[in-house]
Amino acid sequence: MAKKSYRQAINEALAQEMRRDPTVIVMGEDNAGGMGAPGADDAWGGVLGVTMGLMPEFGRERVLDTPISESAFIGAAVGAAATGLRPVAELMFVDFMGVCFDQIFNQAAKFKYMFGGNAVTPVVIRTMYGAGFRAASQHSQSLYPMFTHIPGLKVVVPSSPYDAKGLMIQAIRDDDPVIFFEHKVMYDVEEEVPDEAYTIPFGEANLTREGEDVTIVAIGRMVQFSNEVADTLAKDGITCSVIDPRTTSPLDLDTILESVEETGRLVIVDEASPRCNMATDISAAVAQNAFAALKAPIRMVTPPHTPVPFAPQLEDLYVPNPAQIETAVRAVAGYAR
Amino acid sequence: MSDAIKAVTMPKWGLAMEEGTLVAWHASEGAQVHAGDDLIDIETTKITNVMESAAGGTLRRRVVDEGACVPVGALLGVVADADLPEAEIDAFVARFNADFAVAAAAAAEAGPPEPEVVEAAGNRLSYLRMGDGNPPLVLVHGFGGDLNNWLFNQPALAAGRATYALDLPGHGRSGKDVGSGDIAALARTLTAFLDVLGLEQVHLVGHSLGGAIALDLAVRQPERVASLTLISPAALGGEINTDYIEGFIAAGRRKEMRAVLGLLFADPALVSRDMVEEVLKYKRLDGVAAALAAIAGAAFPGGRQSRDLKSCLGDLRMPAQVIWGRQDRILPVAQGDGLPANVPLHVLDDAGHMAHMEAATQVNALIEGLLGR
Repeated sequence: MAKKSYRQAINEALAQEMRRDPTVIVMGEDNAGGMGAPGADDAWGGVLGVTMGLMPEFGRERVLDTPISESAFIGAAVGAAATGLRPVAELMFVDFMGVCFDQIFNQAAKFKYMFGGNAVTPVVIRTMYGAGFRAASQHSQSLYPMFTHIPGLKVVVPSSPYDAKGLMIQAIRDDDPVIFFEHKVMYDVEEEVPDEAYTIPFGEANLTREGEDVTIVAIGRMVQFSNEVADTLAKDGITCSVIDPRTTSPLDLDTILESVEETGRLVIVDEASPRCNMATDISAAVAQNAFAALKAPIRMVTPPHTPVPFAPQLEDLYVPNPAQIETAVRAVAGYAR
Repeated sequence: MSDAIKAVTMPKWGLAMEEGTLVAWHASEGAQVHAGDDLIDIETTKITNVMESAAGGTLRRRVVDEGACVPVGALLGVVADADLPEAEIDAFVARFNADFAVAAAAAAEAGPPEPEVVEAAGNRLSYLRMGDGNPPLVLVHGFGGDLNNWLFNQPALAAGRATYALDLPGHGRSGKDVGSGDIAALARTLTAFLDVLGLEQVHLVGHSLGGAIALDLAVRQPERVASLTLISPAALGGEINTDYIEGFIAAGRRKEMRAVLGLLFADPALVSRDMVEEVLKYKRLDGVAAALAAIAGAAFPGGRQSRDLKSCLGDLRMPAQVIWGRQDRILPVAQGDGLPANVPLHVLDDAGHMAHMEAATQVNALIEGLLGR
């Protein structure tokens, strides 16, 4: 089976769904590049090349370059979804999403509810998140908890190329609005990805490591770090289960609770700011539903509550790293009342 | 003298296996071992299994300690005569490891064997070829399986002949259109596969649904089949465990799938996290749900097997045998009762439905035995 990058996996998902279903379109800033201007077509393929090659195959009718006006084109995508298309809109950095909260929070997320279940809004909004790209505080946030907070939205945070492809196809076929988070430093990560189309259901966590001593729940890029830590600690006789929820909404709480019932020890690794993030949310749910199983306090590994720093040395300190995860796992593994 | 020295090496169990962990030795240095004795427990990310000794003699050296993880083909131990000088064993180990380093570098360059694809009767069929020599041997997996089910068999059987393990339509990396999905249609696809590859006469080995397909082909085109080995085959009775068939089709979550796959083995602990993940990855592919439903609907309608070919066995003129795990929970071993005299039944006590995985050495020996007849 061919190895493909996270970028190629998402590109392949988009291309296969566009071939399968003529109502699927993509739109965003420079999704092809060069619209209305002299010079090369398809010069960009999106800011980091994810949509490269779609315009030559599917044409300008289905690959739309939009103005730099997020509130306008996200609104257009939501409207197109409400009236029969399946748009995949790319909002370059999630940090810019604030200017179109009304379109997302009040319109897309609410249509189904407010029209008595008679409306569908099959829009996918792709967006980049995460620190480590030397892009400073306005282009580096991990804002998936904000969207997880809104009923009516589905929120996907794939941690690997295989998952990215299957979750993207599922997102496009889903009748609800989906916010699809791509970590900008993961685009060149490679693994084996099937050539065929496939879907990974939402709300089904992946178990990337299986162990008996500690449960680690990790989101997005943090899954890879947690796997590394689990492999390191296994050599010292501490075995970890690593759970990747894949989607923060819906959240597969059952898999997390079942694992905590077995291990009694939980570490949650979340790149989002520490207040009201997935770590606090999962922590609360476990404390409420599996308190009796806990043998140690829950530990959360998150960045500090600050903007993402621009100074590279500080940014490197900001992002949760394997050493911090290892320290946390050792702390809960060694905890005794 | 080195003919008297036999290398024990890390086996290659399946395409993806690059390394394995030596979990435990069953013999200490200086102990007598016989061919077929349990020698080493080996764990891969996919499965843990026991490797049996291929040779008899004295275990002169344990080169690799318990707990160590080494690449496929690496020297694990040395079996030789008890009276051979230590210096010769030392020299053998040194020479083997030097040669292995060169070979491993070359293999890393070439990469592992990859399945190939042919078009046969409108189907895109994926298959893995290993070995050379005639007549070739063809391995046909069961419902929901794929060519990797033969990971413990194909490398061994490929010594001395060409072997082909294919993915049936709707399975593995083959196309997902199964047409009517019935056994006769799948057997016609198998014939087309043989035609496209120019395989005029083959040794056929089929498991479960693949057994029924192989048998159907042998009945219709006996001239194509040099010998027939059926492992827990379908189509020798009516009963089938519908919990398995329906469960396999329905299971989407890891926990459900692990329980379903556990039914396949006498020892459900053989089902690893990776095995479950591989099956889930297969089931997520577009077209698989429809393909499995079509096959199950045609071959096992209403929870009973639709074909019974038992009465055809007595007319087979090629060497034939049936192998069954006594603890089979999918197709009961009792369906092997009352076979005609020309088709011996071999019942393996410690195996379930997947005898070729759980008792691979015995199954491989039985197949070799039939081929040698």
